[in-house]
Amino acid sequence: MRIGLFIPCYIDAFFPKVGIATLELLERFGHEVVYPRDQTCCGQPMANSGFNAECAATEALFVRNFSGFDYVVGPSGSCVHHVRDNFDAIEQSAEVKVVRARTYELVEFLHDILKVDAFPWAGFPHRVGLHNSCGTLRRLKHATPSELHEPFFSKPMDLLSKVDGIEFVKPARPDECCGFGGTFSVFEEVVSTKMGYDKVSDHARAGAEYIVSADSSCLMHQQGCAERIGVPLKFIHIAEILNGANA
Amino acid sequence: MSISPEQLLDNSMLHPEVLAGEDAYGIYRNGHRLDHAEGASKPLRSRPEPQPRGAKVHGNRPVNQAEAAGRFIAAPEHEKMHDERLWDLRQKRDREMHHIPEWEELRALASAIKEHTLTHLDEYLDQFETRARANGIHVHWARDAAEHNRIVHGILSDHGAKSLIKSKSMLTEECGFRAYMASVGIEVVETDLGERIQQLDKEDPSHVVVPAVHKLRTDVANVFANTIGTDPDNSDVHYLAEAQREATRPLILAADAGMTGGNFVVAETGTFVVCTNEGNADLSANVPKLHIASIGIEKIIPRLEHLAVLVRLLSRSALGSPMTQYTSHFRGPRAGGEMHVVLVDNGRSERLGLEEFWTSLKCIRCGACMNTCPVYRRSGGLSYGATYSGPIGLIIDPTFNARKYSNLPFASSLNGSCTNVCPVKINIHEQIYAWRRELVKRHDVPLVKKAAMKAAGELLSRPIAYRAAIASADVALAHLPRFVIYNGLNAWGKHREVPHPPKQTFHSWYKANRGGKQ
Ligand code: SF4
Repeated sequence: MRIGLFIPCYIDAFFPKVGIATLELLERFGHEVVYPRDQTCCGQPMANSGFNAECAATEALFVRNFSGFDYVVGPSGSCVHHVRDNFDAIEQSAEVKVVRARTYELVEFLHDILKVDAFPWAGFPHRVGLHNSCGTLRRLKHATPSELHEPFFSKPMDLLSKVDGIEFVKPARPDECCGFGGTFSVFEEVVSTKMGYDKVSDHARAGAEYIVSADSSCLMHQQGCAERIGVPLKFIHIAEILNGANA
Repeated sequence: MSISPEQLLDNSMLHPEVLAGEDAYGIYRNGHRLDHAEGASKPLRSRPEPQPRGAKVHGNRPVNQAEAAGRFIAAPEHEKMHDERLWDLRQKRDREMHHIPEWEELRALASAIKEHTLTHLDEYLDQFETRARANGIHVHWARDAAEHNRIVHGILSDHGAKSLIKSKSMLTEECGFRAYMASVGIEVVETDLGERIQQLDKEDPSHVVVPAVHKLRTDVANVFANTIGTDPDNSDVHYLAEAQREATRPLILAADAGMTGGNFVVAETGTFVVCTNEGNADLSANVPKLHIASIGIEKIIPRLEHLAVLVRLLSRSALGSPMTQYTSHFRGPRAGGEMHVVLVDNGRSERLGLEEFWTSLKCIRCGACMNTCPVYRRSGGLSYGATYSGPIGLIIDPTFNARKYSNLPFASSLNGSCTNVCPVKINIHEQIYAWRRELVKRHDVPLVKKAAMKAAGELLSRPIAYRAAIASADVALAHLPRFVIYNGLNAWGKHREVPHPPKQTFHSWYKANRGGKQ
């Protein structure tokens, strides 16, 4: 199949390794992966702040870039959530609807579409705490959130448990928001960082060496918080582990 | 590898139990948190930390929730206690939920009952009025807060009543009832302990169920020492509760009238139900001969059988207990007494007409969304500067005054936990998101924000300009967060490190390594 690789703006600029791992990982399964060069962003930063009209042109550009692929895959839960659930600043033509419906976050794509059952090249002999971003946990439904009376499942856990040597630790508040929240991290900077300090402290207390997540934005925020208060945690995107990084 | 307490020691914004060293560090070691966090916390200073005060409210000017939240966080003992205490309620709620296999069905049913009632509100209100009158209840209708206060005043005047005991009611807070009563010379005594503490401290309730949850025991000792003359150095809970009871009992026994709210109003029977844990509603209703109940029109349900669904959810969601201690049904006046029900609109019928926001009227005021909200837990309810705080407040406060509460829908990380705990399935976080759009449409957001978003939208839709802006990694660091997170590194970097710029962007790596492909 032909996959359009969606690399959100902040991953492009700050986490190129995440983009490279995503590209290589998808190629390992024998698919044609194309990175449309004219892509910029999905429009979420403006939409998240209420400025929906201001993201119409960005959304239109996204559709132009990603039309015609069998799937569009991006390593960022919150951006995919925006495309799938809130991307309505432009007219909802058939083309727009198709692009939105075919856009997947990497974990769900590997789990639900490719149904990957092994990562023979991957080994990660470290203790990790899994951070499900709120976008992946409660919107894209990667896992059962603790608030609901539903049978437990976790797609990222399923994938990671196929990686050699990996060990999980459980924080006291496993699915508490880390405080990133897009523009919230700036509008409510004090609350946002306090949430981040609590989050990384919780993981550190549980004995984690690494925090792994399907969202680099949460990792960027948590890393900034951990470095500021001196919590010696390392941060890694799930794509990197699944692609064989042993850090 | 695990982190040692020493490594965390000198960071003042960490949880104090981490700061307190080995012992308290153990609180987390087994992944368990203590049931009553306050009891386990060690004071950090020899003098008690002063209680942070809530948002500064100036008329219709937008309330600055972020500023007040910052002050709350700057008081680490308060912030920690508040966060732990409410998280404890959330965990108790989870435990109760797991005891009920049909929990999700109950939620769906509760939501359907409330939606059905709201879409037939006029019929059920009519039915209630007819049945209640037949039961001997006087029924009044109040369009807004002022009318509510006038009606209650009128009833009290008719009876020559000079003092009123009342049980907790958010509706009367909404109506500014206490201040009004003070202005007409009628003494109001709150009978709910937490609400009484807030009354004596001249503060609003900070939570719909536990109104003084933001106060440490030492704060309560302070308030009581200044108002009812307790020992300022004694913050023993039993001592304080007993002293309060001694001080309040005579006022209760002598009161001319009693007031309650109502959690549920049953149309078919013309009755209403009040749920409390202290039995104080029963005091207010039964000690004086005159009982007045102020109830919002959205509290109605069609039949008694619907009550069972909602009562099973209410206390479990609120406090993680299976039932409230008292679930009192009121059917009519007792012999020689009088019962009045004031049905209050105060913006509710207008809210019912708001396409995106009307389901907020399903709320049964359990407070679960507040307990689970990581922002609320760290900000304190008074930081919202409104009658309703936390997630439910973010979506109903702007319906009272969109300008004054224009910042509130931004006080959320949109994590969605509130929506998942809500027993009547209000899509709270989606309504928060919808309010942001609505406020932008109504121009109730700062112009500078608009300019920044407009510029971001333009740059992000023009690939060539965008590439030029982040052509090299250094430049990326300077420019990117500006549109990713609106106003850039200043606010980002105050309490956080900024991301380390890599040597090349993904885009340039791709060009160098996969240049041929497109
Ligand atoms: S919105 Fe839902 S969770 Fe929040 S107080 Fe109302 S009923 Fe409870």
